[in-house]
Amino acid sequence: QLLVDRPDGTYCFRLHRDRVYYLSEKLLKLAASVPRESLVAPGTCFGKFTKSQKFRLSVTALDFLAPYAKYKVWVKPGSEQSFLYGNHVLKSGLGRITENTAQYQGVVVYSMADIPLGFGVAAKSTQECRKVDPLAIVVFHQADVGEYVRNEDTLT
Amino acid sequence: MGRKLDPTRKEKRGPGRKARKQRGAEVELARFLPPGRVGANRRFASRSRAAKRRLGAGSGPAGRRPLGGGGGREPTGQTARGRPGFSDGNSKWLAPAKAKKTQPKGNHVELSSDGEVEEGSWEMEEEEDGSSEEMVDDYGASSSEEEELLPIEKAALKQKSDRERLSEDDSEEEEEEEEAEEASEQKMGQKGEEGLDLQLNLDIDEQFKLPTKPLCEFLAVDDSLTVFPPAEPPDLHVIHQRIQGNMEVLQDFVVKREEGRSRQEYLALLRRDMAAYYSYSDFLLTKLMDIFPLPELINFLEANEVPRPVTIRTNTLKTRRRDLAQALINRGVNLDPLGKWSKTGLVIYDSTVPIGATPEYLAGHYMLQGASSLLPVMALAPQENERILDMCCAPGGKTSYIAQLMKNTGMILANDSSAERLRSVVGNLHRLGVTNAVVSNCDGRQFPKVLGGFDRVLLDAPCSGTGVISKDPAVKTNKDEKDILRCAHLQKELILSAIDSVNAASETGGYIVYCTCSIMVEENEWVVDYALKKRNVRLVATGLDFGKEGFTRFKDRHFHPSLKSTRRFYPHTHNMDGFFIAKLKKFSNAIPQAQKDEEPAAEAAAPSTVPNTVMEPPPKKKKLEGSKADKEQKLPQPALKKKRSLQAQRRPLKA
Repeated sequence: QLLVDRPDGTYCFRLHRDRVYYLSEKLLKLAASVPRESLVAPGTCFGKFTKSQKFRLSVTALDFLAPYAKYKVWVKPGSEQSFLYGNHVLKSGLGRITENTAQYQGVVVYSMADIPLGFGVAAKSTQECRKVDPLAIVVFHQADVGEYVRNEDTLT
Repeated sequence: MGRKLDPTRKEKRGPGRKARKQRGAEVELARFLPPGRVGANRRFASRSRAAKRRLGAGSGPAGRRPLGGGGGREPTGQTARGRPGFSDGNSKWLAPAKAKKTQPKGNHVELSSDGEVEEGSWEMEEEEDGSSEEMVDDYGASSSEEEELLPIEKAALKQKSDRERLSEDDSEEEEEEEEAEEASEQKMGQKGEEGLDLQLNLDIDEQFKLPTKPLCEFLAVDDSLTVFPPAEPPDLHVIHQRIQGNMEVLQDFVVKREEGRSRQEYLALLRRDMAAYYSYSDFLLTKLMDIFPLPELINFLEANEVPRPVTIRTNTLKTRRRDLAQALINRGVNLDPLGKWSKTGLVIYDSTVPIGATPEYLAGHYMLQGASSLLPVMALAPQENERILDMCCAPGGKTSYIAQLMKNTGMILANDSSAERLRSVVGNLHRLGVTNAVVSNCDGRQFPKVLGGFDRVLLDAPCSGTGVISKDPAVKTNKDEKDILRCAHLQKELILSAIDSVNAASETGGYIVYCTCSIMVEENEWVVDYALKKRNVRLVATGLDFGKEGFTRFKDRHFHPSLKSTRRFYPHTHNMDGFFIAKLKKFSNAIPQAQKDEEPAAEAAAPSTVPNTVMEPPPKKKKLEGSKADKEQKLPQPALKKKRSLQAQRRPLKA
């Protein structure tokens, strides 16, 4: 909801060819005049609906969601590269984690310099994270900025 | 080399005028004389050897002595070994007292004599070679041989190798002549040239002479002939020298020309040589020779062999240049601000990490972009809350720069006609956090039809790419007349569409920036001139204070004088890709009537063909003629075209 009513005008989500885009209403009007076949990307793509109609969040939404993230995970410099390659985060790479993160909670992954790196799902709650051994996975990788380079084509 | 006073090695001075004067030379030369078979560092080794020698080590054997200006002072190879007591030609003026003094020093005598010999003539060498048995003969040692190669030496060797190379030259001419049948004829002509080529290589001051007439005819003709595989690979060194010689002649043609040879022949030879040396097609080279004066041409060609430095642009939507520079330096990147003219550019000298994969890149803090691509956007100067169209946006560098200058306000329509390249546009825009862009995949020529009424338009037209040869060397050979004309045609259509998509009445805008990454006049000045004639636009200053002005006349064409405000950039002068930028302002939305005969044709075209333009004459604009009713444009903003504009547009499309 916060994303919809922003101070500088109303924004909305629009579905275009199985992808959800986020754009302001002004932009929407412009995008409407472009023929639908030719329209590639109105606004920012947030995610897509998969064939089985599940919604998959994409990394391109990172900048918008990151400020609103309630649960954050910070990753140590050593394993930020590994996360960017698409690997899950191990306990040994975990820098900080917000308190009270439930298990399987969606989180935003940050580097130590507070640069958002991507999305993930907490594999263990905060309590369990403390107890578990260093090689256990604590955050499942979902989307990371490395994809801009890896999967340029699929971002469309 | 000047004489160096070495106080530690003062020689004893004996009586005699010459002793005083010539002593120094001897001494210095003595320093450089090679001792026994010590290889390694020639120059310094020779000094140390000389020092050793003086201490009594074996003296160096006779060797070739370079002569000539400056040669005498330089470290030299072995001297021609004179017999002790200076029985060589120098004995006449060598003071015998020297021998006495230096005898106790051992071989120093010989060294001195050798030194003296050095200043003798070349012929000494032969003679003294034979007499070198007494001494330790390191004549064959590589070091000494290399030491011998001082200027005059080299010239002598060159003379020999020239004689060898002549046959190479001949074969080179042959292969450039390409006709196997004419090889035999050429050989005859070439024998005559031997003398000429010899002279070319030997005496730099001597006049550059063209090859003899029969060969020259072949040279002139060969453009149309097909190339046969060469008998021998062309000797690039020789070609390079010939190019330089040729250039010298052409610079000062009246003085240095050869009798009976026209300038055309020199030019033809130069073209062929440059085509062979730099691997350009003859067509492209001819075009380049028209654009650049000759010395600049060489600089341009050389600059195209070398890649331009990597530059990046800070994404001010996410970070500041200072912070980014700091972060990158921490990662081990060596960088510098780009120049005074850019507040967001950084040039990368070298880096330990891949620039395209740092976390800052992935977070969208910067974009890899050529320096010349920053210029058209700076010229465009987009303001906040404007509607901007970028007609050929892939891969999105300029579009994102526009967005960051507008701070994500307003609206950008990023269009490109190629769907695959659009993927990179989308990726880049998302990565850099651009929110005000809509990406579309239309042909640029459809533009005002699809959507018009923009405040500014940026047209980075698809071109022949002659400005970015350093990035894509294939352009050197695969462009020909047809390609250039085809590009020019497309660019003319696109620029007309771009102009028509702009709303001249917009308060903040009404500007079109046309740019290409090519240096061809057909694609640049010609297209802009065409636009000036066809539409109500005028050229304005680009706002870039550096760069070469565009041409107002070229060969036999004269362009509008306002073309001086366009800018050209070259790789060899600005160290960025070749670029051309023109900024146009539309001062009226009306389309000027072309010719009378086209009007009836335009009117005859049925209104049904007109899709969606609205004929709302804004109060300030002049109406051209009675408008026909049109469908209203979807957008609230009034469209700018009259029907005629569409038809006028149709004309080039049909053409």
